Amino acid sequence: MHENSVDRGRTASESTDRIAYSTPTHDRVATTTCYMCACRCGIRVHLKDGRIRYIEGNPDHPVNRGVLCGKGSAGIMTQYSPARLANPLLRVGARGSGEFREISWAHALDLATSWLAEVRARDPRQFAFFSGRDQSQSLTGFWAAQFGTPNFAAHGGFCSVNLAAAGLYSVGGSFWEFGEPDWEHARLFLLWGVAEDHDSNPIKLGLSRLRERGARIIAINPVRTGYGAIADQWISLRPGTDGLFVFSLIHELLAADRIDLEFLATHANAHWLVIDAPGTAEHGLFLRDAAGNPLAWDRTAGLVPAGRPGISPVLAGTMSLPDGRGAHPVFHLLAERYLSPEYAPEAVAPRCGIDVGTIRRLAAELAAAAFADPLELPCPWTDTEGRRHATMLGRPVAMHAMRGIAAHANGFHTCRAIHLLQLLLGAVDRPGSWRYKSPYPRPIPPGPGPAGATVAPDTPIDGTLLGFPQGPEDLLVDGSGEALRIDKAFSWEAPLSLHGLLHMVLPNAAAGDPYRIDTLLLYMSNMAWNSAMNPAQNIEALTARDAHSGEYAIRRVIYADAYSSETVPYADLVLPDTTYLERFDCISLLDRPIGSAHGPADAIRQPVLQPNRNVRPFQDVLLELGARLGLPAFANTDGNPRYRDYADYMVNHERRPGQGPLAGWRGENGEQIGIGAPNQRQIARYIENGCFWQHELPPGQQYYKYANRDYLEGAVAMGLLDNAERIVLQLYAEPLQRLRLAAEGHGRRQPPARLRARVAKYCDPLPFWHPPLGAQEPQTFPLSAITQRPMPMYHSWGSQNAWLRQIIAANRLYMNRATAARLGLAEDDWVKVTSRSGELRCQLALMEGVNEATVWTWNAIGKRTGAWNLADDAPESTRGFLLNHVISAFLAPEGGHADSNSDPVTGQAAWFDLRVRVEKCSAEAAHTTPRFEPLPRPPGLAPPPAILRYNAKDAP
Amino acid sequence: MTSIPKPAPGAKKLGLVIDLDTCVGCQACAVSCKEWNTSGHMAPLTDLDPYGARPDGVWFNRIHSYEAGDGAAGRTVHFPRSCLHCEDAPCVTVCPTGASYKRAEDGIVLVDADLCIGCKLCSWACPYGAREYDEDAGVMKKCTLCIDRIYNETLGEEERVPACVSVCPTRARHFGDLGDPDSEVSQLVAERGGFELMPEQGCKPVNRYLPPRPRAAPPVPSPSPSQTAEAATPIANRLLAWADRVLSR
Repeated sequence: MHENSVDRGRTASESTDRIAYSTPTHDRVATTTCYMCACRCGIRVHLKDGRIRYIEGNPDHPVNRGVLCGKGSAGIMTQYSPARLANPLLRVGARGSGEFREISWAHALDLATSWLAEVRARDPRQFAFFSGRDQSQSLTGFWAAQFGTPNFAAHGGFCSVNLAAAGLYSVGGSFWEFGEPDWEHARLFLLWGVAEDHDSNPIKLGLSRLRERGARIIAINPVRTGYGAIADQWISLRPGTDGLFVFSLIHELLAADRIDLEFLATHANAHWLVIDAPGTAEHGLFLRDAAGNPLAWDRTAGLVPAGRPGISPVLAGTMSLPDGRGAHPVFHLLAERYLSPEYAPEAVAPRCGIDVGTIRRLAAELAAAAFADPLELPCPWTDTEGRRHATMLGRPVAMHAMRGIAAHANGFHTCRAIHLLQLLLGAVDRPGSWRYKSPYPRPIPPGPGPAGATVAPDTPIDGTLLGFPQGPEDLLVDGSGEALRIDKAFSWEAPLSLHGLLHMVLPNAAAGDPYRIDTLLLYMSNMAWNSAMNPAQNIEALTARDAHSGEYAIRRVIYADAYSSETVPYADLVLPDTTYLERFDCISLLDRPIGSAHGPADAIRQPVLQPNRNVRPFQDVLLELGARLGLPAFANTDGNPRYRDYADYMVNHERRPGQGPLAGWRGENGEQIGIGAPNQRQIARYIENGCFWQHELPPGQQYYKYANRDYLEGAVAMGLLDNAERIVLQLYAEPLQRLRLAAEGHGRRQPPARLRARVAKYCDPLPFWHPPLGAQEPQTFPLSAITQRPMPMYHSWGSQNAWLRQIIAANRLYMNRATAARLGLAEDDWVKVTSRSGELRCQLALMEGVNEATVWTWNAIGKRTGAWNLADDAPESTRGFLLNHVISAFLAPEGGHADSNSDPVTGQAAWFDLRVRVEKCSAEAAHTTPRFEPLPRPPGLAPPPAILRYNAKDAP
Repeated sequence: MTSIPKPAPGAKKLGLVIDLDTCVGCQACAVSCKEWNTSGHMAPLTDLDPYGARPDGVWFNRIHSYEAGDGAAGRTVHFPRSCLHCEDAPCVTVCPTGASYKRAEDGIVLVDADLCIGCKLCSWACPYGAREYDEDAGVMKKCTLCIDRIYNETLGEEERVPACVSVCPTRARHFGDLGDPDSEVSQLVAERGGFELMPEQGCKPVNRYLPPRPRAAPPVPSPSPSQTAEAATPIANRLLAWADRVLSR
């Protein structure tokens, strides 16, 4: 040591401090795809001495371009979580007791096979397969169809089906999953109801870019945290009134004639004629010629096919048809509706809880941003009629919407309203606007109706279980109009439930309404806790017994998960999954790919580490079960498995000739994209390329995709579309009118009497606003209650993570200071929160950035004692809570029947419709309620360490 | 007590520039920092009671969220906090053993774990609360500016930045030589009015924060659209006007 080191400071060369500047960070770097949330970012995992040194974003990856969120970086702690299951488990105690014994995989698969074979031979409908945040739905859904049950869905019905359905029936794409803002050109950006997620890194990258470019950001959300914090303006609406607000903007734009009429007539169905013949079976349908083409009224030629190039269509007025009936162009109907005084700012503002000026200013700003200062990209393109355009004219107003719009019973129409606003501004897939993520746009709606109307023992169902109804004929209902699926998806109760109704499966199955389920297979869905509208209701359903036989009402429950979640104790058989770093997986164009506006893309996961537990990738297990059951797609005629494992399936499965789970490097030599023979080197090629494939579209194909000839022809060549016809954007949704006509007594298939008024009201072909369903009782329950998602946490997975739970392990109920003052409440008070269906206790925190009529909390922080291998006194269970405890899967019963608490069009779980009363309560207990019986630690899990000294250098 | 070396002429002043305009409080930088450093120069970043009632570990970078102002006019501010590598670092001068030291050549403040006796005087002296005591190791730990990344010759040039900078999803974090007025970070500070945190403490922090940009005001034309004469037209007349509009498609 230097003699004067203490007194005179040191330079590095003099220092005794041993700094190893250039320690290699890895023995090996493996690329794969993150699964710490739904974003599907590319990651590079640095491995040192067999352990993870660190995980970083892949700079080449189109989703995250090198950045990574807090969840992604915490993947190490999820990989090494003490909550990982270690062996297959067979229940030995009562359901919910958590008493299991460990069994071998051979035993587990024998059992599962015998249970499944028996129900398949008897009545395949009595088998239901529901998954959660499943990124392999193209396999799981196909597997269910091969089994022969219609009862399959993932968690979209809970999450955001309103966005999907509204988008796919309006513009042929949707917010989040099938669309994104044009971050490079937008000048005004509206962020509707985004709860800090979906998606994560792309939005953060985009927001940063908008700030850098000086674009204006407006957050419309009752809560001002996260993304809203960096917005230029915060508009705080009462939850559930967004639709009214949008209609008032539309009203203003129409009143001032600040709309893109030419766009509407060229790219949307504004000029299509709608039959006006009340009381007849054609009323409200499009006027069509004998070949089925919609018709328009040309200024000189009269009635002409609406798609004929060069016509001069009339957009308003009443036409008298030769047969004596009347007709109106779509635009006429919508102008008439939204110019009505009920949507004037004066009428709407007080209901939304804002002032009239806010609406007027925003309407003016939207018009100015869209029209005042033209944005024109010098990029030639050719439309479907072969006309060459020298430039691309922009409409630099972009929007993004998420759960705050989706999770209301009026969310379908509200989201349709936002799309309508975009269409009126001409701001769909143009420079500066919201854009499609390839492979979208798709035809509107994108495919045939749902399969599964007929079911037979030991027989696969041909077709896609989650389809797209065009009208009553596509619904899954019986002769009396009652539901054929256990979740009542695609029934008159929820005709456009494209993602199913995960939240209704357990309550319906236990009630035997519409029938009983014998065997339930759940994957990655925490249905006994936060993936329930109400955990107690689901627990009751899982433990209910048949009054006669004494058996469980849901006779058998098989659950696959990697972790000791709250749902594990309710399974009879637990199939332990690997972590996301221990398996092959694919992010497929057949399912939910990672394409962007720049072109289609897909990705794989590869095993970066070998599991040190007796666990198997669920997809491998599913393929093996499929083979054992003799499902034709998974077993050869000799009964042997058709696929060695999921990696083999990813390469060799063909859904249609030449089309399989992966689109990149197809053809024997890997030179084809989209369509081509299986390539045995395909996975190797993905791995060489960082585990993703992307096809970059030429600039001339990146906008106007619905009418862009070169794009559409290219999409057909890649197998993304079946034909290259122009996709006409639908302001007016005829499938809804077909359902409405049935409710009015027309046609062969009509809703049961009790649902007629409901279907007629909600299946409106033009969007409208309606209050949440069920009794509102504003005097008794004056506050709306909603959740936001903390950015560093994703569903319940985060709680097992030693690092993330240091950021947040307990949640408060947040209330506006002024509201608290009125109610006599103060910071840190313990409060009782009461809703129509239940009550909970939690601790209060006060803030400014929340709507005065709203309280909120963080989502999915609260845990059940004993779950996730956390200590019994973990803050997640002592001071954390779920708002779900005061939500119900059902509305208040009326006339002896309780409707599902869901959007009446799509079945989306309406958990943001919750209304509560908040009162001070004693702080004596100082823990949150309700409390459930503590869960025991499942066999095979060691007690978690008391101290964690993670260091990849000290590998054990 | 330990003295601070006089920086050599032209010596670097390495530090961070953190943009409060785009920070959304997502915690990516905090977690990435922990991830890198738990196997890095000051490894491990110990976690006590990691699955229990009081999980509490060593973090070099912590994010705080505040509200400023009332009602809709207020704003939510996310504020990342880590060592600011002060020029007059009181955590160094207070150190009785010389464990805490500031490097003359680049200004990075480090702790020599071999010399640290865990007396915690430095954490009392730091006005920013940027020091992290590892109870398990009995040693004070802190941000090293990822010294084992920024000089790591096994990494590509573009990777030689602190983990928090590399990971940031809103690109709100920048790294460079704040002693060089021509460096990108110094230019950024000059352009955006970057400021020193708590200058009254006299520690002369090297790190800078960029203030939130002024909020963009809406470009409101006047009068607002519906207040024009056209807008006063009754619906039927409005529809008539549209009916007469000649469009071609």
